[in-house]
Amino acid sequence: MGTFQEYIQQNEDRDGVRLSWNVWPSSRLEATRLVVNLACLYTPLKEKPDLPAITYDPVMCTRGNCKAILNPLCQVDYRGKLWLCNFCFQRNPFPPQYAGISELNQPAELHPQFSTIEYTLTRSQTLPPIFLLVVDTCIDEDELMTLKESLQMSLSLLPPNALIGLITYGKMVQVHELGCDGIAKSYVFRGTKDFSAKQVQDMLGLGKGGGAAGGGNVTPGQMGQPGMPGMPGQPGPGMPPGSVGPMGGPMGARGPGGQSVLPPSRFLQPVHKCDMYLTDLLGELQRDPWPVSQGKRPLRSTGSALSIAVGLLECTFPNTGARVMLFAGGACSQGPGMVLNDDLKQPIRSHHDIDKDNAKFMKKATKHYEALASRACTNGHAIDIYACALDQTGLLEMKSCCNTTGGHLVMGDSFGSSLFKQTFQRVFAKDARNEYKMAFNALMEVKTSRELKVCGTIGPCISMNVKGPNVSETELGIGGTSQWKFCALGTNTTPAIFFEVVNQHGAPIPQGGRGHIQFITQYQHSSGQKRVRVTTIARNWADAAANLSHITAGFDQEAAAVLMARLAAFRADSDEGPDVLRWLDRMLIRLCQKFGVYSKDDPNSFVIGENFSLYPQFMFHLRRSQFLQVFNNSPDETTFYRHMLNREDLTQALIMVQPILYSYSFHGPPEPVLLDTSSIQPDRILLMDTFFQIVIYHGETIAQWRTQGYQNAPEYENFKQLLQAPIDDAQDILQSRFPMPRYIDTEHGGSQARFLLSKVNPSQTHNNMFTYGGGDGGAPVLTDDVSLQVFMEHLKKLAVSSTA
Amino acid sequence: MNPNDQYFQQQQPGYGAPALGQNYGGMLAPPTRTPVMQNQPQQFPPSNGPNSMNPYGQPSPRPPMAQYGHSPLPPQATNPHQLAQQMGGMNLGDNSLKSPVPSMYPPMNGNVSPAPGSFPPRHPMASNLQASPMPPQPITPGMAPPRPGLMPPMQQQMGLASPQQYQNGPGMDNMGPPVNGQQFASPRPPMGAGFPASQPSGFPGHPPMPFQQQPPVQQQPQQQQGGYDSMGSRYPSSPSYPPGMSGPIPGPNSQPMPSQQQARRLDPDQMPSAIQVMEDDKRSRSGPFATNQKGLVPPLVTTPFVTQDQGNSGPRFVRSSMYSVPALPDMMKQTAVPFGLVISPFAQLEEGEQPPPVVDMGELGPVRCGRCKAYMCPFMQFIDGGRRFQCPFCKATSEVPAEYFQHLDHTGMRMDKYQRPELCLGSYEFVGTKDYCRNNVFPKPPAYIFVLDVSYNNVKSGLVHLLCQNIKSILQGLPRESINGQKSRVGFITYSKEVHFYNIKSSLAQPQMMVVGDVEDMFMPLLDGFLCDPVESENIIDQLMVQIPAMFADSRETETILGPAIKAGLEALKAAECVGKLLVFHSSLPIAEAPGRLKSRDERKLLGTEKEKTVLSPQTTFYNQLGQECAGFGCRIDLFVANNAFVDLATIGQVARLTGGQVYKYTYFQADLDGERLVEDVRRNVEQTVAFDSIMRVRTSTGVRPVDFYGHFFMSNTTDVETAGIDSDQAMTIEIKHDDKLTDEDGVYIQVAVLFTSPGGQRRLRIHNLALSVCNQMADLYRSCDLDTVMNLLMKQSVTKLTESTPKQIRDVLINRSAQILACYRKNCASPSSPGQLILPECMKLLPLYINCLLNCDALSGGSDMSIDDRTFNMFAVQTMHVGASLAYLYPRLVPLLESSTPAAAEDSPLMLPSPVRCTVDKLRDDGVYCLDNGIHMFLWIGLSVSPEWIHGVFNTNSAAQIDIDRTKLLELDNARSQEVRCVINQLRSTRQRHMRLTLVRPRDKLEFVFRKFLVEDKHGDASSSYVDFLCHLHKEIRNLLN
Repeated sequence: MGTFQEYIQQNEDRDGVRLSWNVWPSSRLEATRLVVNLACLYTPLKEKPDLPAITYDPVMCTRGNCKAILNPLCQVDYRGKLWLCNFCFQRNPFPPQYAGISELNQPAELHPQFSTIEYTLTRSQTLPPIFLLVVDTCIDEDELMTLKESLQMSLSLLPPNALIGLITYGKMVQVHELGCDGIAKSYVFRGTKDFSAKQVQDMLGLGKGGGAAGGGNVTPGQMGQPGMPGMPGQPGPGMPPGSVGPMGGPMGARGPGGQSVLPPSRFLQPVHKCDMYLTDLLGELQRDPWPVSQGKRPLRSTGSALSIAVGLLECTFPNTGARVMLFAGGACSQGPGMVLNDDLKQPIRSHHDIDKDNAKFMKKATKHYEALASRACTNGHAIDIYACALDQTGLLEMKSCCNTTGGHLVMGDSFGSSLFKQTFQRVFAKDARNEYKMAFNALMEVKTSRELKVCGTIGPCISMNVKGPNVSETELGIGGTSQWKFCALGTNTTPAIFFEVVNQHGAPIPQGGRGHIQFITQYQHSSGQKRVRVTTIARNWADAAANLSHITAGFDQEAAAVLMARLAAFRADSDEGPDVLRWLDRMLIRLCQKFGVYSKDDPNSFVIGENFSLYPQFMFHLRRSQFLQVFNNSPDETTFYRHMLNREDLTQALIMVQPILYSYSFHGPPEPVLLDTSSIQPDRILLMDTFFQIVIYHGETIAQWRTQGYQNAPEYENFKQLLQAPIDDAQDILQSRFPMPRYIDTEHGGSQARFLLSKVNPSQTHNNMFTYGGGDGGAPVLTDDVSLQVFMEHLKKLAVSSTA
Repeated sequence: MNPNDQYFQQQQPGYGAPALGQNYGGMLAPPTRTPVMQNQPQQFPPSNGPNSMNPYGQPSPRPPMAQYGHSPLPPQATNPHQLAQQMGGMNLGDNSLKSPVPSMYPPMNGNVSPAPGSFPPRHPMASNLQASPMPPQPITPGMAPPRPGLMPPMQQQMGLASPQQYQNGPGMDNMGPPVNGQQFASPRPPMGAGFPASQPSGFPGHPPMPFQQQPPVQQQPQQQQGGYDSMGSRYPSSPSYPPGMSGPIPGPNSQPMPSQQQARRLDPDQMPSAIQVMEDDKRSRSGPFATNQKGLVPPLVTTPFVTQDQGNSGPRFVRSSMYSVPALPDMMKQTAVPFGLVISPFAQLEEGEQPPPVVDMGELGPVRCGRCKAYMCPFMQFIDGGRRFQCPFCKATSEVPAEYFQHLDHTGMRMDKYQRPELCLGSYEFVGTKDYCRNNVFPKPPAYIFVLDVSYNNVKSGLVHLLCQNIKSILQGLPRESINGQKSRVGFITYSKEVHFYNIKSSLAQPQMMVVGDVEDMFMPLLDGFLCDPVESENIIDQLMVQIPAMFADSRETETILGPAIKAGLEALKAAECVGKLLVFHSSLPIAEAPGRLKSRDERKLLGTEKEKTVLSPQTTFYNQLGQECAGFGCRIDLFVANNAFVDLATIGQVARLTGGQVYKYTYFQADLDGERLVEDVRRNVEQTVAFDSIMRVRTSTGVRPVDFYGHFFMSNTTDVETAGIDSDQAMTIEIKHDDKLTDEDGVYIQVAVLFTSPGGQRRLRIHNLALSVCNQMADLYRSCDLDTVMNLLMKQSVTKLTESTPKQIRDVLINRSAQILACYRKNCASPSSPGQLILPECMKLLPLYINCLLNCDALSGGSDMSIDDRTFNMFAVQTMHVGASLAYLYPRLVPLLESSTPAAAEDSPLMLPSPVRCTVDKLRDDGVYCLDNGIHMFLWIGLSVSPEWIHGVFNTNSAAQIDIDRTKLLELDNARSQEVRCVINQLRSTRQRHMRLTLVRPRDKLEFVFRKFLVEDKHGDASSSYVDFLCHLHKEIRNLLN
């Protein structure tokens, strides 16, 4: 099978899983000594063009609290038409339709290459996706114009059967009724109040019985769900609250066969029916007319508007995939969720204010948005925030709306920027099969072998609070449950899942025993179908005492770095910055102590395995990253960065932790170079990808050539090509990434060069005199930060220190 | 003045003039007087002088007023009366006046005489009732004879005295035999004539108008001289009466109380007749009425007259219950005559009357007294060469601002007196400066907001549809006055369970509707576009008016709100920063969960009981608070209630009451039947000049002060009457307390100042000034009363008390007070006479009639036969009535449209209204058709024997029995009869504030019961008494008091 490297890659490609350890320590004690947790990054909706279309229901283990799904790792008795659950070892007969099963005639789910497989539940109702636009009108005329254009354009990108609604807000919140003739009708709410779902429902005249207030267990799960596996830990066959029941329909109207068409409400109409009307409506949309006096901010009722949006969906379409798309041009300045008041004299809170406990609106606002997020989650509704403003817009307070619902968070300067426009378009991107890359109202469940328990998840989801037997008492991230809800899932969305080995030291696992993990993700596909994706993985157990080398070999430093980054960012949300850094350092030192080879107290003797070698460097950059350093970032930016770190897949997350630097020069083909000041050379063009920014940096000489216009001279065609090469590469990245990165074209000495200089390892600074002004070129960075070299030396010293 | 005066003086030293007709005399056309007056020119030299013609004023034809002068009394008070009497007398004598009298009275007499037994003519009564001048007593022999037959009866009846007593004459105390009604109807003229002779110069006072007046004209002359005496004298004693009547109350005879039976025997025609009084007044006082004197008693409200403003406000604006105020509070107390003013600051004027001119003083603003802040008016005295002026209200002197300085002429008048309205007119307006504006900002033109209930009831009844259809034409009636280019704007709100606002900006392609469901906390969802110029936004409004009925056509909402809808309108005005009014079209009890939610409490059986006040007062204070809030912002609310069940008007009507609004009610509204009425009411409501955001203050000279205020308004302190909007139909009644001695030479000065915003958005002040004279003699007081105003005041007072006291208490108070008024007169002003006589002051001879009407009117005593809402509606309606309306409300107008005797009249001119007849079933003839209206209801009573041609012509059926009485409109048939009838009805309607629904009634129809209730002289049901009965009862009370 080749190297572990290949194995890891192969597994990732097949299952979308990256584990920090690919050979598992067989006892709890040993596991804790590994320093880096046993954890994985799992991409539930990883694009897999080769997945077969399976339209029957999955076969489940019949044990009430197991209900694992038949998978290639199960032992099958073809003669007895039985299969053995690899999680609980229950012997299960095959259902009647599997009567023809044999070694030669296996269903797809038993093929080893289909350890990840997807079922489409045809018998459940199809639900059109729902998009509820919430538009801030307290923005400049031209901002509004361009936003309106984007929105109008998006109508053509939406699935025609999707339901769409519009809420606008400023000082007031207006819910627009769609499809009325002869008169434009809207319901207006005061922006200063918080409304319960019941109130919203009453005030919108949405009849009685539509969804309980606050969205409790709206869906009685008892409907004979065709084939949907009940979840372990769920008493009876009932669906977990808020799961994607076919009964998501409003008003409790449901037929025995599941109703296939939801009655659209007056506020949410199919796009194909109301796009003309909506286009006109958007066209006529005016700025918030209420006067703003000198020295004041406009009154902006973001908090109320969101609350009403959530309330509206709650009572019309509970438990149905829906997105609330908030387009905010500023911070909420009144009513619930206000993050500042309307007095321009008082600027929005900074990190400094927060540290000093000086952000008087923050706590209350955060609470408001958290409550909203949890209401939205309960009903499977995601909230996207598109915030475009030069100043902060209160993302810090609103983050839970996106973070727990799986909604997008996009931060830009202007609705007129291509950053926003293209990002927004990309929301509606389609994959190769011409299907939207979004899924709704997903529920992910994790099943494990008995030796494992689940500690928690870090990702854009919320706990379903299902305390199965495999739920650990130790919580890491969002814990205490074996099920999580992702109200919106993208093909990239990658939660980190943390496990705990619970096998006791004295209870050895039989040789050759393997541990299993099964991920079951049910979701509403953008086509409205209900689908279940099942991924089952297995890894070998190894006795760390005896075979540490096996375990060491199975270490995935990239996954580990990302997992650590997530944990650190997660901690940073609640803990003080320095504490997190200390913790990170300690973990790194312990890892080095554990896996390094050295003689005590001799730093120079320190050697560490190849598959650990990059890890310290990742940690170095992580420590310096915007995820843990708030200096120079606003709280909103910090929020945004951490948000992205928590949801992107391994590759992207790694780029965020340690940006990639490519060099373009006449000396050879483009090549990746060290993220180091030494890479900054006058005759190079550098392309740095930090995920959030794409920076093209022209070295001093190149920049001079460029200003002198050599690229325009036919004889310097090659120079022109050189200039063009990084731009083309950047375009490739820009095209594919969500959200679109900020594109920066700069040069030596340019003000924007700071983006590069702040990221590179400051190996040359004004401090290390011996290279200053001389050496092999490169650009010294004016900083007091330690360089990687210094960092490594300290690390070695501490790792080998017997007192550490 | 007149020879008569002298005559009086000699004859009747003690008391005022003869009873009858004195007043009326005053009404006579000036020319007649003039010759008379010359005697004592001086009293008012300045004012009267020929100069007195103001620029504005109409030159008064009259010669100097001086005439009055001679009367010893302050001219104002006494003169008129005296004059009146005298004149009356004169005229009669001259025959010049005869005609009127005769026509009226003759019948009376005729009747009387024939039935002496039953009712002595009213003379006695009348005289007593009114001004019973003493003189009367001495009946001239000559007179006596004729009258005795007639007159005596009255008194006797009244008194119930035994016949003997009557006969006995004055000396006897019969306690009054039941006076009931007998004598009342005294035609004044005759009386008047008589009296002068008897009266001493002191008061030519009004002789009491004994009922005797009735005597045929011819007699009158005779009476006049001796007449008074006779009149005064107890008419009495016609033997005939006594028998039946009197249960001599106290009398020696001590007969049993007049039983009803007896009363019945009285001839109602002998009772003082309202119709007669009005006719007389109309005859004698029609024409110009110049206000150049203080204390001038104006013509009755029913009389067509043209005010010539010569220094005092015309009676259309301000009417006082008395024009001669007793100098001493004691006297006031003794007489018990209420002293009050009825103020209609924006009353509609008659043709020929000049609207108050607008004075723009520029930056200076109105000139005011430095101390009491009274506004410059004709009563201000300039002194110190014109550098200072003295305020008649507080007596302080103030500097004349330099810009306003003007030299005085040799008479002490400013040279520019006749160039400045504020120096020579009673009514005028000032343009307000910024200081007079809310927040010191000039106002925008007021806005009109239609607030329409679109719940099931209103949709089903067709109201929504109807209103939307007609809104365009209604809006055309909006005042288009514009001061600075801004025009009045309109806005629309609909509501059922939530509130809908509409954006009707002219730039929109289609109207926008904004729904606010947050009824707990109403707010204004849009900034501009809600209020728009109806002309600019015409197209959008048209679209909207198509959309509204369509959108709500299927409404099934029966739970409605009201408070939040009104709040919404208020918020809209606040947002627009302008004042205005809401026209709220509401249908049902607001039971939806929202502020102002009410519970049903339709306990109509409580009406008329001691507990009725609980259902007549608001069940919550919510609407009061809302009303106050609206009033505070200048938002007037007019409620149009189209209910078909209990809506608790007593509670929700508070918003209209406190903001100066009107309440309209259309029970069981159906668009096809009541549509026209509603639309006409709305149209009128919108078109009427309304003064918005007004504050009224009444300033009086020392000694008297306003204490109680009645009407629709809000008072945040004890002096300022605030209304968000007041229209030309509304009046406020003010009771004035007399708490200090007054002096003759000063008189009583009253200045009513109303600060308001005109429909065009101009801040202005309207000032009305009125001077009353002061008297030292009670007789003068009785002579200068305005009974209609007194009744207006009493009615409003009583209705207001309904929510505090029990109905019985209120009735007792009214009866006692009227008894006291009359008893006091009898005791102090009438010459000694048999107590058995009922002697009425001339000015008040209708008091018993009106009091009885008041006791029986819907507002005061509507019992369980009407709903609580209807009762409340009546109470609200009454509160804003001006004198004319209250009079009609108390004593409905019954007009014969077809009587066998009238065909000739019809030919004259179709536009002439037939003369009304007394409101009694006796006047209805089976072959006649009558139209009755009281300002609220209108009936067409069709006798069963009406000629088939007529029926066919008007109703297109063959007989009265086939008429479809559910119809509320007359067919528009193309024939003379139909046209004529419709024309008359339209004309009748045009004189009222509300468009009255026409109810067709035939004898013995179910509805006839209702109709009969309005025949106020008759008895209905157990609780009420007929006019005659009541008169008897009152007489008894009076006699009790006298003893």
